Amino acid sequence: MSNYDIAIIGAGHNGLACAAYLAKAGRKVLVLEANDEVGGLAATREFAPGFRASVAQTLPQLNRGLVDDLNLEKHGFKLALDAMPTVAMAPGKSPISITSGALSGASAEDSAAYPEYRRLLSKFADAINPFWHKRPPMIADGDMGDLATLGKFGWNLRRLGKDDMRELMRMIALPAQDLMDEFFQDDALKAALSWDCNIGSKLAPRSPNNAVLALLLRMSGDLTDGLPLPAGGAGGFTDALAASATSFGAEIRCGAAVEKVLIDDMSVSGVQLSNGEQVQATTVISNADPKTSFLTLLGAQHLDVQFTHRISRLRNQGYVAKLHLALDEIPTFTGLEKPAGRLMLTPSMKYIECAFDDAKYGGYANELPMEVIIPSLVDDSLAPVGKHVLSANIQYAPYAVKGGWDQHREQFLANALATLSQYSPGIESQVSAAELLTPADLEQQFNLAGGHWHHAEFAIDTWWMNRPTYGASQYTTPISGFHLCGAGAHPGGGLMGTCGANAARAILEDR
Amino acid sequence: MKSKYDAIVIGAGHNGLTNAAYLAKSGLDVLVVEKNDYIGGAAVSRELHEGWLYSNCSYVCSLLRQSIHRDLNLTRHGLMIVPYSGTTNFSLNGNYIAEYGDHDMQYREIKRHSLRDADAIHRYETDLMRYAKLIRHFLLRTPADPTSFKPRDLGEMMFMAKKFAGMGEEQVYEFMRFMTMSAGDFLDEYFENDLVKALYSTSSIIGTALGVYSPGTAYVLLHHVMGDVDGAVGAWGLARGGMGAISNALAGALKEHDGEILTEAPVAQIIVKKGCAKGVALEDGREINADIVVSNLDPKRTFTNIMDAADIPSDLRKKAENFKIRGSSGKVNIALTGKPDFPSLPADHKLRNGSFQFLDSMERMERAYDDWKHGRWSDDPFIEMTQSSVWDPTLASPGHYFVSCFIQYCPAEVEGGWTPDKRDAFGKTVIDQICNYSPNFRDHIAHMEVRTPFEIENEIGLTEGNIFQGELTIDQLMFNRPFPGYSQYRGPVKGMYMCGSGTHPGGGVSSACGANSAREILMDLKRPNVVPEDDVDE
Amino acid sequence: MPMQTNLQAADTIDHVHEGVIYSPFHRRTSAKNINQQWSVWNGYASTKYYADAHLEYFSTRNTCGVFDVSPMRKYRIKGPDAEAMLNRMVTRDVTSQAVDTVAYNIWCTDAGKLIDDGTLFRVSEDDFWLCAADPNFDWLQLSAVGFPNLEITDISEDLASLALQGPTSCALLKAMGFSGIENATPFSIMRFPFGAGEITISRTGYTGDLGYELWVDPADAELLWDQLFSVGQVYGIQPLGEDSLEMARIEAGFLAPDVDFHGSLHTVDRGHDHSPLELALGWIINFKKGHFSGRAALAKEKAAGKHRRLIKLDIEGNKPAENSILYCDKGCKKTIGYVTSAMWSPVVKANIAYGLVEGQYADGPIWAEIYHQKELRWVRKLAQCTRVTKPFWAPERARQTPPSDC
Repeated sequence: MSNYDIAIIGAGHNGLACAAYLAKAGRKVLVLEANDEVGGLAATREFAPGFRASVAQTLPQLNRGLVDDLNLEKHGFKLALDAMPTVAMAPGKSPISITSGALSGASAEDSAAYPEYRRLLSKFADAINPFWHKRPPMIADGDMGDLATLGKFGWNLRRLGKDDMRELMRMIALPAQDLMDEFFQDDALKAALSWDCNIGSKLAPRSPNNAVLALLLRMSGDLTDGLPLPAGGAGGFTDALAASATSFGAEIRCGAAVEKVLIDDMSVSGVQLSNGEQVQATTVISNADPKTSFLTLLGAQHLDVQFTHRISRLRNQGYVAKLHLALDEIPTFTGLEKPAGRLMLTPSMKYIECAFDDAKYGGYANELPMEVIIPSLVDDSLAPVGKHVLSANIQYAPYAVKGGWDQHREQFLANALATLSQYSPGIESQVSAAELLTPADLEQQFNLAGGHWHHAEFAIDTWWMNRPTYGASQYTTPISGFHLCGAGAHPGGGLMGTCGANAARAILEDR
Repeated sequence: MKSKYDAIVIGAGHNGLTNAAYLAKSGLDVLVVEKNDYIGGAAVSRELHEGWLYSNCSYVCSLLRQSIHRDLNLTRHGLMIVPYSGTTNFSLNGNYIAEYGDHDMQYREIKRHSLRDADAIHRYETDLMRYAKLIRHFLLRTPADPTSFKPRDLGEMMFMAKKFAGMGEEQVYEFMRFMTMSAGDFLDEYFENDLVKALYSTSSIIGTALGVYSPGTAYVLLHHVMGDVDGAVGAWGLARGGMGAISNALAGALKEHDGEILTEAPVAQIIVKKGCAKGVALEDGREINADIVVSNLDPKRTFTNIMDAADIPSDLRKKAENFKIRGSSGKVNIALTGKPDFPSLPADHKLRNGSFQFLDSMERMERAYDDWKHGRWSDDPFIEMTQSSVWDPTLASPGHYFVSCFIQYCPAEVEGGWTPDKRDAFGKTVIDQICNYSPNFRDHIAHMEVRTPFEIENEIGLTEGNIFQGELTIDQLMFNRPFPGYSQYRGPVKGMYMCGSGTHPGGGVSSACGANSAREILMDLKRPNVVPEDDVDE
Repeated sequence: MPMQTNLQAADTIDHVHEGVIYSPFHRRTSAKNINQQWSVWNGYASTKYYADAHLEYFSTRNTCGVFDVSPMRKYRIKGPDAEAMLNRMVTRDVTSQAVDTVAYNIWCTDAGKLIDDGTLFRVSEDDFWLCAADPNFDWLQLSAVGFPNLEITDISEDLASLALQGPTSCALLKAMGFSGIENATPFSIMRFPFGAGEITISRTGYTGDLGYELWVDPADAELLWDQLFSVGQVYGIQPLGEDSLEMARIEAGFLAPDVDFHGSLHTVDRGHDHSPLELALGWIINFKKGHFSGRAALAKEKAAGKHRRLIKLDIEGNKPAENSILYCDKGCKKTIGYVTSAMWSPVVKANIAYGLVEGQYADGPIWAEIYHQKELRWVRKLAQCTRVTKPFWAPERARQTPPSDC
């Protein structure tokens, strides 16, 4: 039996960020990872000999603060690309390239509307940004820090000015479709811009209430003025986090699956591994999803009934599949000189909505909305010389597909390739290997119940003091010494390590 | 008709009449102008087939503020609200789930389908009641402007904060969840049985261009159960003599205070001079002057049809264009020569007097919504069929029946536009659906009136036929209704006001919008308030 | 086309029965209910009184009386996780409850507010019955989240049950052939062959006196009733209606749901529900047993000690203080609470009541504002209340094994 101040369950990017901050503050930290390598969903894995890809999301919304705090650049973190443009694609139409500054290839009206759209949303994003990096407040606990957070929140809204504050309070509830329709005309442009409103959730362009919030979260990164692409994929980021944590003295053990959290007299006393080994720690932090954390690792017998019910009711079924293709050469996309950037194969919001309609009932569309990047164009660590990796997020792939994924894997892959070939004719013949990761695969390979990117749906009803639910939204839980640091905590999923950093800060403040 | 009034109200719907009645009660010289040759707007009853009185738009009522009913002496002006009950929701095999007033019977009825759900209903109703009680505080109040530092707005914000805090901390979080989640997710927290969930889900999408799985529909569900009949929150009633009895009573109250109504007088434009409302120009060229002009039309119509773009700020015009007022509902009103027969119900069963729905799962409802999204009416429409004449003997002669069918979803626009043929095809779909459960229903039909959003818009003037004068989504509720910065009933020019359901607290035959608007007008005129406060829940 | 229906005929559908439903004893209870005085309990017809509530009440204190408790809701929780699940749901220690015993229990929300009370029967290591006056299946299901290895079934219709209460109840059961019943200790369970099967007898009740509850297959219900009344003739047996049971339970100090407390799951207004601490149920909250739902909130409340208190009152005069408001001064300036249950106690000869008062006033002067009628005229009276700490009625025989007279 071994003794630590803190045991962290799971070496995903949030677990590692949390470990690094705590170790930096002098805590004796052990990170326990069930898999043989760190990173979890933020790992870069070899899916075919010589070909590597990020398991889930590739594009982070990183903050300079975290990168600097943890000396990530010293530990090997670098960007392959500062700002990746987004390219709105539609068969038979010329692509529109979107950067944070401007549109190119768009109509005059849309190009003229874009700056105001960016101005407004950037202003909103800036107003809300500090709160992604703070412990959510509780409204009636009398805690001065919480009152200050609430006060600052109100002040930041007021500071927007009367008109913009009103717009924020209205627009925050708009579905992506209404938001885009208010600004733009081109279907493909609107669809491409709407992607970040709904990706990863059981939501589509017509779904109200949650789109703008998700968009603002994805605009929260301040490392670069655009979408940065980490060298080495998401794993480049997590490897640096792991190196940073280790450098501060944290210990990381892979292949060490935690079976349960040990409780002694209502407080945490450590964890037990699947091999029976026990590790003592007075603080246990779970990077696992809330359902796994509370219902599997901790156990309902230690929790109150209504709290348990709220956890069990979290919407945690994933709707995104990840496709990795090993390509023999650079694929040709119609209308593009080079397939650089984030290619949005989403001709319209209606197209996305239709795919969602199929998924709602446990099916999937023939024509799948896809977000495609070929990171090997700017990062030669991902594929053998001259060869390339195509990495795509595909919506919608329901976790609970009718009949199970074993039965549908091939068809889904065929649909994805058929969709791709509409934009890149002949791409099938360039594919030497393919890996499809459905939400069921994520669940199975990463112990992620439901296979949901965000661990629990990112939506206003599961946001801030309600994330994952009140009673566990301040990185503390009803169990003394047990904490959450994963995407199921505030602010949610996305490659940024903020949940882990926030959790570490909250735990350190607590002492 | 005079050439000058103190105030002109455009549209003799129930909110316009309420507004006018209160202005008149305060002593103002008031004229209501109405484009149709009848009053009532969507709260109307007419003999559309000889011997049958049709309430062909709104057909039941629950939100009508009883303090207004009492204050305007509406009973003396002929209004009586009678409660009714008993909804039966059939599944494909003829079995059904029904709503009973009696608690124990309701328990056993749900228990036929799920013991767990029968038990959970008590928890569900308690939670919903808690939210209803909270919202009910705000129906007869003007929404605070959260961007304002004016004492009145700060006071209203404090009032709101106090009511929220009064629920207790946990309930505040629960309420925040409730307000933003989907009806499907909300119901899943209580129930397991599809038929049970289907029954309760229907309130969440009536009149709404959203599906049961769309976030925000839990609130719409609440909007349909937060009214009351004699303090029984969640109960629904019928106006004896049809919904037109409400409008007629309000018109009676208006006339009691010497207000006037001019029908067949469609307004072409609100006259604005030097930034002030000065009256209305009718389509026939007549002009009537007044320093107060109140529009009971929906916000989109108000600011894009009857106000000159030059008279209003350009951002407001844009807001009006973006205002979501989507047509999603249809109506089929039917005169019957015999009582509908539902062979799955025993003869003379009490439920045969109630309302009927035909929905066994939320998925079927969601699929109907999918059809709507694609601009089609569903082949498998959701129908709420209310046998009004069973409860109200004034609607049809003995042995004859009037039934009102509300249909969700029916798009405002179909490919190629609505035509009489398409309208009739829509009607046939509805009748086919009913005949599925009541095979000889068609034999009893003496006359029927099919109304798609197209007809509703053209006759009543509701844009796209939206029954709420605007979607009930968070971006269009409370201080966002109809637009941020315009939620306190005042228009963009001095002397111009709004009083329709497009304003807070939104759709439903409540009279609250009209009354709230009147209170604001009187405040601006520095006249004593004559609008009553709401009856507080004990 | 709309989806195709395949309509069943009306007579093949299990339409809900309109009106009250009947307990397995109904034919017998109805015959004795000479004025057809019924109330409705969980949808069942339940006798208010058979002939004279006062006389019926005295049978519980003097001879023995029988009350039909079949409308109670009874649930069976069975499986390897049953003990752990129940131990986490209720406030007492289920792990130390022996097989074939019964424990009065309560269960609370996360906030430590009382949902309901009931009796928990442990019929084997992994098999429990939970009996409560009102439905609790929803809460059982919620409580079972995270405990997959158990099954919860509603056995309400599978058991016909009678409460046999009063000093001669043991002797009567013995005379019916249930020999050894005198050795049943309070809250224990015994089983005997009966009818086509078995009768379960628990030494439990709601009257505070010696008494038993009898559980049989509904098919044997009338047989049980008939035997009780034929053998019981000489033991002074009487049928009990709700009115007499209500009197007995107030004297005994038992709470009635929706009378003395409002179940928290059904409470709309904040503060209108109750913690068990304020209802004087602290004695069945086991803070040492490990976690249970509501524990943290209750521990906090206990430490703060500021909760309201349900106290027993002896009130001057003989006018029952039903629906009375309580004050700390005769001038009625300060309202401190209200009366939840009140009655004239025929055995104690005292005007007794439960009052729910603000904690800080529990030990000070208390006045009840009583409205009573004299030949139709309403009279207001202020009556001084004395707080009582001992039970109003707790005869020795209720705790003796074997009981005296048996």
